[in-house]
Amino acid sequence: MRDFVSSNGIDTRLVGMVISLAVIWIGFHALSDGKFITSRNLWNLSVQSVSIGIMATGMVFIIVTRNIDLSVGSLLGFLGYTMALVQTDGRISVLGVNISVENLKVHRCYTWIAALAVGLVLGALAGLLQGSIVAYVGVPAFIVTLGGYLAWRGLIFRTGGKQGQTLAPLDDTFRYLGGAPERSLGEAKTWIAAVLVCVAIVFSIVMARRRRQRHELALRSRSTDIGFAVGGCAAVLAGVYFVAIKYKSPQTGDPVGLAYPVIILIGVALLMTYLARRRRFGRYVFAYGGNPEAAELGGINTRRTIVYTYMLMGMLCAVSAAIQTARLNSATTNLGVQNELDVIAAAVIGGTSFSGGIGTIPGAVLGAVVMQSLRSGMSLLNIDSPSQDIVVGVVLVTAVAIDALLRQRRRASVFGALGAGAVVAAWVIQTGRP
Amino acid sequence: MTATVSDATADGPRVPLCELRDIKVAFGGLHAVDGVSIDLYPGEVVALVGGNGAGKSTLIHTLSGAHPADSGQIIINGQPAVIHNPRDARHYGVEVIYQKLALADNIDAAGNVFLGRELRSRTGALDDEAMASATQKVMQRLNPRFRNLKTAVKSLSGGQRQSVAIARAVHFNARILIMDEPTAALGPAETAQVRDLITQLKSEGIGIFLISHDIHDVFDLADRISVMLQGKLVGTVNKVDVTKDQVLAMIIMGKKPDEVTEEQIASLHDS
Repeated sequence: MRDFVSSNGIDTRLVGMVISLAVIWIGFHALSDGKFITSRNLWNLSVQSVSIGIMATGMVFIIVTRNIDLSVGSLLGFLGYTMALVQTDGRISVLGVNISVENLKVHRCYTWIAALAVGLVLGALAGLLQGSIVAYVGVPAFIVTLGGYLAWRGLIFRTGGKQGQTLAPLDDTFRYLGGAPERSLGEAKTWIAAVLVCVAIVFSIVMARRRRQRHELALRSRSTDIGFAVGGCAAVLAGVYFVAIKYKSPQTGDPVGLAYPVIILIGVALLMTYLARRRRFGRYVFAYGGNPEAAELGGINTRRTIVYTYMLMGMLCAVSAAIQTARLNSATTNLGVQNELDVIAAAVIGGTSFSGGIGTIPGAVLGAVVMQSLRSGMSLLNIDSPSQDIVVGVVLVTAVAIDALLRQRRRASVFGALGAGAVVAAWVIQTGRP
Repeated sequence: MTATVSDATADGPRVPLCELRDIKVAFGGLHAVDGVSIDLYPGEVVALVGGNGAGKSTLIHTLSGAHPADSGQIIINGQPAVIHNPRDARHYGVEVIYQKLALADNIDAAGNVFLGRELRSRTGALDDEAMASATQKVMQRLNPRFRNLKTAVKSLSGGQRQSVAIARAVHFNARILIMDEPTAALGPAETAQVRDLITQLKSEGIGIFLISHDIHDVFDLADRISVMLQGKLVGTVNKVDVTKDQVLAMIIMGKKPDEVTEEQIASLHDS
């Protein structure tokens, strides 16, 4: 098994995570008398994981380059509030500066695009500012983004001239980003999306094989490639069917289909994976994380690379902010509070290492799903939120302990750490049940 | 690649690959390198030796672009060269193999060979397959037993890592190679491997600056030896004209072979 996994370029950490996730799901399914692995619950889980999942992919690049971003929750709040202002007032005023975005909304049906554009641009600028201070001034990332954590949240109250009044309602089209059952893809579009993903899987496997053939490099066996293609497509189609098609709308009885935010998360994850593995920028991010000196001596513009990681993070905050505000149909001042901790935890549970150079995008998304599964499962068991925090904390530390032990090649101790973490978490869950 | 090794040190009309003239570098008030001139001919190994803080690395950094000179001239193939950063240096065919093996540990061999100079397809995506294939070809020349093209270099042995570092220089047709303590991190078998490599690179007409503490390495590999002490050049000698003791006297006392007495050399062994 191990030989098969390593010789075919499969990430062993990822396999471990999928297995842990399966264990968590089956465990909660048993404890909740079969309420966990149901279409409705998994559909909700998919939507609830999106916001943290999207930001976690950006946090991977930041932690891989040995930095941190504590400001994402506050930045998300600020960007969400600004995007809501575009939709409600059509005007942004920050610290006495007034910017009218009325012109951007040439027509009512462009309002959501204008809001999203403003959010993405401001997010990128915020990242440019924080990243430049980290990379060019040399202030530790922890401090810069701690400043951002305070400043962006405070800025919400100085934006829009309303002392942080809740902004609602939002643009009708914009609300599709939020992922309510009645604003989802529906049956036909869901199948089209699923088939497109399958085509993409087959295409990427075929292209990879052709490129290797052209350069006369060793090939994976044909049957392995076919196995991956068939297995991947089957998993996608089965998952989509079980989660999105089998879940029928309570009002109409029609299949709900995938939620738009889930499509966005898939798109973001694919794009970020492409950046990480196939673009120079991603190569430099990982090279710098593995050995900053070597990257510098290799002639890489390491400072610019770091600034880009923060700009990307800022833009992903905007995407998540759009999803969260659209879901609530309003923007409040406490939007995104504590999200920075969930995002960092998701990236770390997903195998991103604080020692730099190690981390994957699918891992981070899985990390977000693992965290949300724990919370959602415990909610099903009526376990209160403080107890949930204890469990998530235990899982976080256990995940990092396993990572540390693996890197020290102490394989036997891994099971000890896993067992200890699982026992403590199970004990907290069991004793916390009403 | 027309140079021969045997007459590398002979005076003649041949143009040096590289000349450093009157190089000065100061850190604050400290003159780390104070008016040093050295040169390098094709197919030649010039060893740069001296104690800690003698200024060898600082001198060579002016050529590699890691730290530009305050004043002085760098002449490559008879033309003045302007080198401000590692990228400029590479443009002139100067490649460096660093003491601490400047490799990105978590990236595979091909990724390291092409680090900072990745091959890209028309869409701008990394062309990993082209890089892997080119790396395979260079490796066949340098270290035919090298197989681990897909693993992160951190799990390679010291000798294999050194092969990757050298492959990087060779693939990009280095004309001038700077090796900073190339065997410091290696065991005996791997050291022998690196020595073979250096001999092969010489035969291809590449000029090598070898920075080393190991007097045995220096005598095995170098054609000429330049000795530095406290930022100044003590002198440059042909290896065949001197003994190890005479070179030690230059390193420690800053005295050229014709200035040093038998007693002084004897005293080196006492201390």
